Amino acid sequence: MASTIKYKPAGNLSWLVSTIYIVFLMLPIYWLINMSFKENSEITGTFSLWPQNPTFRNYMVIFTDPSWYNGYINSIIYVVLNTIISVLAALPAAYAFSRYRFLGDKHLFFWLLTNRMAPPAVFALPFFQLYSAFGLIDTHIAVALAHCLFNVPLAVWILEGFMSGVPKEIDETAYIDGYSFPRFFVKIFMPLVASGIGVAAFFCFMFSWVELLLARTLTTTAAKPISAIMTRTVSASGMDWGVLAAAGVLTIVPGALVIYFVRNYIAKGFALGRV
Amino acid sequence: MEKTWNNKAWFLVLPVLLLVAFSAVIPLMTVVNYSVQDTFGNNEFFWAGTDWFTEILKSARFWEALQRNLLFSFIILALEIPLGIFIALNMPKKGIGVPICLVLMALPLLIPWNVVGTIWQVFGRVDIGLLGHTLEALGVDYNYVRDPIDAWITVIVMDVWHWTSLVVLLCYAGLVSIPDAYYQAAKIDGASRWSVFRYIQLPKMKRVLLIAVLLRFMDSFMIYTEPFVVTGGGPGNSTTFLSIDLVKTAVGQFDLGPAAAMSIVYFLIILLLSWIFYTVMTSSDADT
Repeated sequence: MASTIKYKPAGNLSWLVSTIYIVFLMLPIYWLINMSFKENSEITGTFSLWPQNPTFRNYMVIFTDPSWYNGYINSIIYVVLNTIISVLAALPAAYAFSRYRFLGDKHLFFWLLTNRMAPPAVFALPFFQLYSAFGLIDTHIAVALAHCLFNVPLAVWILEGFMSGVPKEIDETAYIDGYSFPRFFVKIFMPLVASGIGVAAFFCFMFSWVELLLARTLTTTAAKPISAIMTRTVSASGMDWGVLAAAGVLTIVPGALVIYFVRNYIAKGFALGRV
Repeated sequence: MEKTWNNKAWFLVLPVLLLVAFSAVIPLMTVVNYSVQDTFGNNEFFWAGTDWFTEILKSARFWEALQRNLLFSFIILALEIPLGIFIALNMPKKGIGVPICLVLMALPLLIPWNVVGTIWQVFGRVDIGLLGHTLEALGVDYNYVRDPIDAWITVIVMDVWHWTSLVVLLCYAGLVSIPDAYYQAAKIDGASRWSVFRYIQLPKMKRVLLIAVLLRFMDSFMIYTEPFVVTGGGPGNSTTFLSIDLVKTAVGQFDLGPAAAMSIVYFLIILLLSWIFYTVMTSSDADT
């Protein structure tokens, strides 16, 4: 009897579980893509599982209308700014946390975490007033700084996880060889944690890209993110479903493009570097 | 790793400290400031003491939102955690299937949250959505705009769709760290499938599972964008969770005092949860 027992999920039905789950995940996304290639009359008038008269009209609307494509440019500007700021600030801090003990280090590390866990809704209104006072409303840097609230702690935690994996003897050897701290850090240490930096940057990019509440609160026109512009497809002539779907599809593309490179680190990133 | 005591490390932490002070401490102080004052506009403020806190803690609306949110988080955990474990156990361990599964499963995690809302808003609509249309064709009376139960089901299925992969990926990361020798030993002992799960796989997943539970609880506890896009908190108030209620009070009605007091109560709950999370994270650091 014992020989018939299967220990590994190599059973015949196990692939079915993954397949059903993936189909469940893909169906709503497929529906959105499907809609993005249809004309509005087809979307509302008939019910078809694939576009009967495939059209690029919805995508053309987005790519030719500045008020649409500027949304993407705005989103990308503040997301990239935020990623650069977060990772640059987090690098030395993560090094400090992984190598040294200092006054209040544990409290500080915990306090950083609470910011990752803080509900953005709590911060929306004070952010608006703070950035108004500095005249930063409707600028890209305002959103980039606001997203530091959760991305800097995230980057510190992820990088600390990766840096703790580098043996300390490397630091000591480098100092004996006469390296100064900045030179050691850039020339020797950063290449060693390059994958960690990549993962941290990816997660900063991602969390800044998917966040809407703060981005929408802090912008009016000049720096409005694409996800906020999407809400204006409601017009006098009714809902422009096709363009809405096309805009949605285009926001999925960046994630879909880079996900392959970080597939093995996704769990680590979501667990703040602790898997 | 042995760490050296060195207070100069503070200089390395300084940039982070300044950044987070600007984006977290100052706003939080503003919130505290509002929570103890009243205003009639014109930037004139009056000391209100703990009035707002008493008001919030006595307000039925707050408690209802809190209860809804707790119920929501509970349902989410009860569905996503077992489902996530089950799918992770059945994922391929090697071969071409691994990257395909990882990439496709992670995809929903990387979609902007309001687009997730849009996707399900469209998907569930009776007139143009695949789900709504199919259900109607099957004779099911489903309309998430009118019926509170349908709205709840839609929001929950949406969250399962959006976040179960996080549990799957974390559990999978725990599972692949189990050496083959463990399974071979279990085979020699003639262990059943259940004992393999109970005594080998579950202990190895314990840590990632704790992380998954805490992350899912906290994130579902502060959910805002997705249900807001789909239902706008309705029908009635049936899907108005804490964050939605808070934004309605602060931005919609501009009741700064109550909103600030509510923020602080909310924040304290999150703080407690974060502390549990931190203890779990760091204690398991010490184990490994």
